[in-house]
Amino acid sequence: MNDAIIKTEQLTFHYTSDEEGAVAPTVLDGVDIEIEAGSFVAVLGHNGSGKSTLAKHMNAILLPSGGKVYVDGLDTTEQDKLLDVRRTVGMVFQNPDNQLVANVVEEDVAFAPENLGVEPSEIRRRVDEALAMVCMSEYATHAPHLLSGGQKQRVAIAGVIAMRPRCIVMDEPTAMLDPIGRAEVLRTIKDLNARFGITVVLITHHMDEAAMADRLIVMSDGRVIDDGKPQEVFQHVEELKAVGLTVPETTELLYQLNQKGFDLPLSALSDEACADALAALLA
Amino acid sequence: MALKDVTLGQYFPGNSVVHKLDPRSKLILVVLYIIALFCANSYAAYAMLFVVLAACVAVSKLKLKTILKGLKPVLLIVIITGILNLFYTPGEGAPLAAFWIFKIYPEGIRAAIFMVLRISMLIVGTFLLTYTTSPILLTDGLESLLSPLKAIHLPIHELAMMMSIALRFIPTLVEETDKIMAAQKARGADFESGNIFRKAKALVPLLVPLFISAFRRADELAVAMECRCYHGGEGRTRMRKLQFAPRDAIALVGGAVILAAVLILRYFAR
Repeated sequence: MNDAIIKTEQLTFHYTSDEEGAVAPTVLDGVDIEIEAGSFVAVLGHNGSGKSTLAKHMNAILLPSGGKVYVDGLDTTEQDKLLDVRRTVGMVFQNPDNQLVANVVEEDVAFAPENLGVEPSEIRRRVDEALAMVCMSEYATHAPHLLSGGQKQRVAIAGVIAMRPRCIVMDEPTAMLDPIGRAEVLRTIKDLNARFGITVVLITHHMDEAAMADRLIVMSDGRVIDDGKPQEVFQHVEELKAVGLTVPETTELLYQLNQKGFDLPLSALSDEACADALAALLA
Repeated sequence: MALKDVTLGQYFPGNSVVHKLDPRSKLILVVLYIIALFCANSYAAYAMLFVVLAACVAVSKLKLKTILKGLKPVLLIVIITGILNLFYTPGEGAPLAAFWIFKIYPEGIRAAIFMVLRISMLIVGTFLLTYTTSPILLTDGLESLLSPLKAIHLPIHELAMMMSIALRFIPTLVEETDKIMAAQKARGADFESGNIFRKAKALVPLLVPLFISAFRRADELAVAMECRCYHGGEGRTRMRKLQFAPRDAIALVGGAVILAAVLILRYFAR
């Protein structure tokens, strides 16, 4: 299962400018990444770092200006493979309201399989399964506009799961949610990866969300500036701060203490690990 | 302004036979009923159509109050039409009553009663359809009934999709309107005072943000739909298939019989 589900090669992207002679800003500038099937990858970056643009390349919503993007071995620029690309990599966006198509939850979840021409009985099965996976089965016949933000976003996720994608790209799925909704959605995302083996690419600017992932890619100005396990990446405190990002509070605390002359491991990312490190210092 | 009360195609869920009827049968029946109403020209025909409608309302278990409430906004039109018919229908015999330039003939009374009955029954009949059919089913039914028109390249699927998306976004946009209104009021906007022109002008700071936001939503929704492999109606299946049941056949035959009876009363029972 170690094959790359998404692979970019020297991916560049710039918007075409309407005015002649005007310089089109480069949004992505030579991105080379490989996302392994079954992994949970977070892409971290400041506003304008190109992380959302990168996400939109992963299922051919945007096509590269230069370089290549491969989804499960398929080149995303091939028009006749478009549906195969999109059913392999599903996408969830920020605003749940603007992703829901139907005015009954189960009808909305059925939207993608209906588009793919799946048999009605099979659609029914997929819808029930997808709603169960996001713990929304009891709301199957509700109207989406009466649900909370977190519930709406979970319905949106179910709507993507019903396509049976191998990978789901989430573009800041918690940005518009309250803390409770955020916790619900994050739990769902973790579950999808851990229990159902779906590859998750989580685009975010929340450090604690990024810390949940197995692998962390940091972007700035359209380039990948760091890539590794969260514990490793967050040790590069100065580099992260230089591009306008912060580090999780645990790392920040240890970093500040180290500045004062202590010698603490910056890899202690979780609350427990951080507490242990401090306890070891005091003992 | 209570925007939450906006009722466009209001639907009252229920479990009656009228609710369970296939939306296509209901649409066809409403069309048959409208034709029958316009062909009816005797008290007997109207009495029959009234009994049928009353029976349908009774079976649907809708409250009489909700039905009458639906009639309220058109009451004025019904009354004006009735009065116009009453005074402006010329008769052959002597007028029943005459004062100044107004003359009332027996034909006028007849025409007024028929017109009032026709309009009210027409409205109640169509309300019965929207009250007992969910908007989704209604859209599905329309799409299915009109699908033969796809052969002459009418975008039936697209129209149905647009209609269902519109229905989906009505509550969202209503909520948003309320929010924008509150935000503008907080900054001193005045939506209530002044004459009609001032009021209309006051709506500009409400409509501009609403439209901008609606366009942004449309853009995002389009991308989200593409991500879920939407590529038009071609090769699309539906989870819930509309299915005619025996009761639909009975209802449709019943509708045809009633229309036939009205036509017989019109052309042969003289």
